[in-house]
Amino acid sequence: MSARNPEYDFAWCPGCGDFGVRRALEWALEQFTTETEVPPSNNVIVAGIGCSGNMVHLLEGDQPFGIHGIHGRTLPIAFGVKSGRPELNTVIVAGDGDFLSIGAEHIGPAAQRNLDITCVIMDNGVYGLTKGQSSPTTTLGATTTSTPFGKIEVPLHPLKSYMTMGVSFVASHYSSKPRDLAKFIRMGMEHKGFSIVHVQSPCTTYNDTYDILKGDRKKGIPGTAWIVPEEHDPTSRQAADDLLERPGVPLGLIYQEELPTLEDRQEEVRKQHPGKSVADMVETYAV
Amino acid sequence: MQREDFVVRFAGEGGQGLVTSADALARAAVRAGYFAQTFSTFPSQIMGGPASSQVRISNKPVLSNGDHVDILVALNQYAYDNHNEELGPDGVTIYNAEEFDLPSGGQYFGVKADELAKSTGNARAANMVTIGAVATLMGFPLAEIDAYVTERFTRGRPGDDEIIKANIEAIRLGAGVAEESGFSVGQLAPPNAPDYEQIMITGNAALSLGAVAAGLDYYVGYPISPATTILIWMENNLVGKDRFTYQVASELEAISTIVGAGYAGKKAMTATAGPGVSLMSEGLGLAWMAEIPLVVVDIQRGGPATGLPTKSEQSDLLACLHPAHGDVKMPVLAPGSVEECFYAGALAVNWAERYQGPVMLMSEFGQAERGENIRKPDVSAVKQETRSVYTGENGYKRYVSWDGTEELPPMPIPGGTGAYVANGSEHDEIGDTTHLPRHHIRLTERRFKKLDLLKDAPREIEGDAPIAIMTWGSSKGPAREAYERLKAEGSDISWIYSVALNPLPDDVLDALKQKELVLVPELNYQGQWAGLLRQEGVRAESITQYTGLPFKPGDLVDLIKARIEAKEKAGAAR
Repeated sequence: MSARNPEYDFAWCPGCGDFGVRRALEWALEQFTTETEVPPSNNVIVAGIGCSGNMVHLLEGDQPFGIHGIHGRTLPIAFGVKSGRPELNTVIVAGDGDFLSIGAEHIGPAAQRNLDITCVIMDNGVYGLTKGQSSPTTTLGATTTSTPFGKIEVPLHPLKSYMTMGVSFVASHYSSKPRDLAKFIRMGMEHKGFSIVHVQSPCTTYNDTYDILKGDRKKGIPGTAWIVPEEHDPTSRQAADDLLERPGVPLGLIYQEELPTLEDRQEEVRKQHPGKSVADMVETYAV
Repeated sequence: MQREDFVVRFAGEGGQGLVTSADALARAAVRAGYFAQTFSTFPSQIMGGPASSQVRISNKPVLSNGDHVDILVALNQYAYDNHNEELGPDGVTIYNAEEFDLPSGGQYFGVKADELAKSTGNARAANMVTIGAVATLMGFPLAEIDAYVTERFTRGRPGDDEIIKANIEAIRLGAGVAEESGFSVGQLAPPNAPDYEQIMITGNAALSLGAVAAGLDYYVGYPISPATTILIWMENNLVGKDRFTYQVASELEAISTIVGAGYAGKKAMTATAGPGVSLMSEGLGLAWMAEIPLVVVDIQRGGPATGLPTKSEQSDLLACLHPAHGDVKMPVLAPGSVEECFYAGALAVNWAERYQGPVMLMSEFGQAERGENIRKPDVSAVKQETRSVYTGENGYKRYVSWDGTEELPPMPIPGGTGAYVANGSEHDEIGDTTHLPRHHIRLTERRFKKLDLLKDAPREIEGDAPIAIMTWGSSKGPAREAYERLKAEGSDISWIYSVALNPLPDDVLDALKQKELVLVPELNYQGQWAGLLRQEGVRAESITQYTGLPFKPGDLVDLIKARIEAKEKAGAAR
């Protein structure tokens, strides 16, 4: 059920982190659209499969275009949209299962191309929609429906992976502060190149990490989330790598590097090789 | 003895210029007004390994590789041992006397091509020594080869003249050896030069050109034999403003990428072979479900798994019709000649746009790399269909029910009005996910009903005889040659052919159903097309071959005759 479609038969669980991410994305789209004067119809949301992907049906306000494809393929679909129509503001919404497990192979190529898109990754450390299986970011030893005796695989560190693969904009945040999160999503949209905003978005049903992230003094939980210090230099790869050595979840911009985008390089090639007409192509086979 | 056609085969190792030799001879022949078709077979490795390349030259359009080899050029002992059995009764071998020797008294003679080429001052002219000998054996005028060489090496560079002179001298030296040998395979009949402009092109290049002529402006691909040449063609040609070509990281990426591009308004295509079709399965289902125009080309090779990467087989038909799980039946075009590749390339793009969905375009190794002279296509006459684009108010319902009585509703394009969600989950009118039976019923019916828009592919229906030949794809050439021979011999047989395998045009299906027996030559074990025709109520029997090589028309003549006789006997016994 959504505000615009009462018949829509999907709903997030009460308290799901994705509600906060949705607000943040709505604000970011609105601000980006206003600031850049890009019409809302130029916004394209490419959704993954999982709870988070349903975001594309739940957005309120000016409706963007959406494509809700198949599991793990948000990046190639977004690549097709963006390379075919560079003027479109292309945004991926996907979860840790879709993006980091079945779809992980596409992150490297997208980073090497410096594809000018923004990915909002909702990490809840679990496969929620299929009812609670282990995901790449599930912690070691965690009991899930698919690891009944505890997970025996160490969790992936998504932010370090992004850095290693050459992603040119890496931010990290959580769903509980949608205003702040919106700022980083908008920065990702403004960044010329491949942007990932990795969001801790807890699953209240299968992996409720709110207390762990924010801490709870009464329960004596310290909280793993910490704000990126103001003195951090996000343009320094070394500083970013050092920052990620600190345990817990950073909130803020980790890394940003200005590099030529795929489109920039493509335009250079087009200048040198303007192409020929189909009739001229036929002539190359004349006998 | 005057003869209408000859087959010349160059056999040796990969990297020895076999393809170059066959191509040069073909071009010289076409230049002289003949028809030519080349065919190569090579192992899946970069250099070396047993390989061969052949050309069939004729004074009428060439339909197949023929039955026998008339002149074999064997560059090593292995090549001779492996190919001499394919020589026809009067066939002659020219062997590389610098590499091996054969006992005296056979239908062969040796040439020291490298040594003779060196004597002209141009060691690279060795293949022209051989071509001079070949031309002499079949009575092909040397002057025509001289003219070809002159044209080819007139490049406006210093030294052109010397190269031309050395090559012409090499041709004469080879011719001299052939004359001394005393052998001849006959005299090539005078040409019937076509009165239209021609191009010399391979199947894969023709297919690519056809797609671009219909307005294709987006291509991504992943290297895979025998479809790689399409990627390379696109990388070189589909460039410039508003065009995009890219080598992606996998076939999984390729299909999803063209889904994105097709959704965003581009005319998008990828090409692959069987293994890639397997990987594209889910993405093709998405294109069908969300109704995204795109074209997937399958250049078949032997399968399954890695199979026979550089061999001929037509065993992907079931996979291309039903690449995806669920209720899906893809439109399939399967051109049967190099010229048909051009027009099918264009039609595939037009079909995708017209019915707003994915189209499968099937070719095959033998047809992909075969070079042939065809009528020069008039690109200005190629129809360019573009999807109907929505321009109305926002709040559009793209996925309404559709029963074919009205025009297919237009498709919104990002940047324009009518924002919606293209959804791989079953959806309602605006693209939101739904599990309600009524939506699944009405949209399943809509997706199948749209195929009715695609009944305009070229077809051939000839003759009233109760027994018909109905082949498909690249087996058309040899089957057609067999059909023409059978007709000439007085067999009572008819011919039905369709470039579209799904949907079959109504008149084709009607004609097929009227036949008492439909014989289906196809290169696979299961008789895939014959089985599908039987599902449609056609009395179809397959004639299968799974050697990794194309049919020979002579073999088909024998096999078809045997089936006709068996049917007559069965009839008499009743």
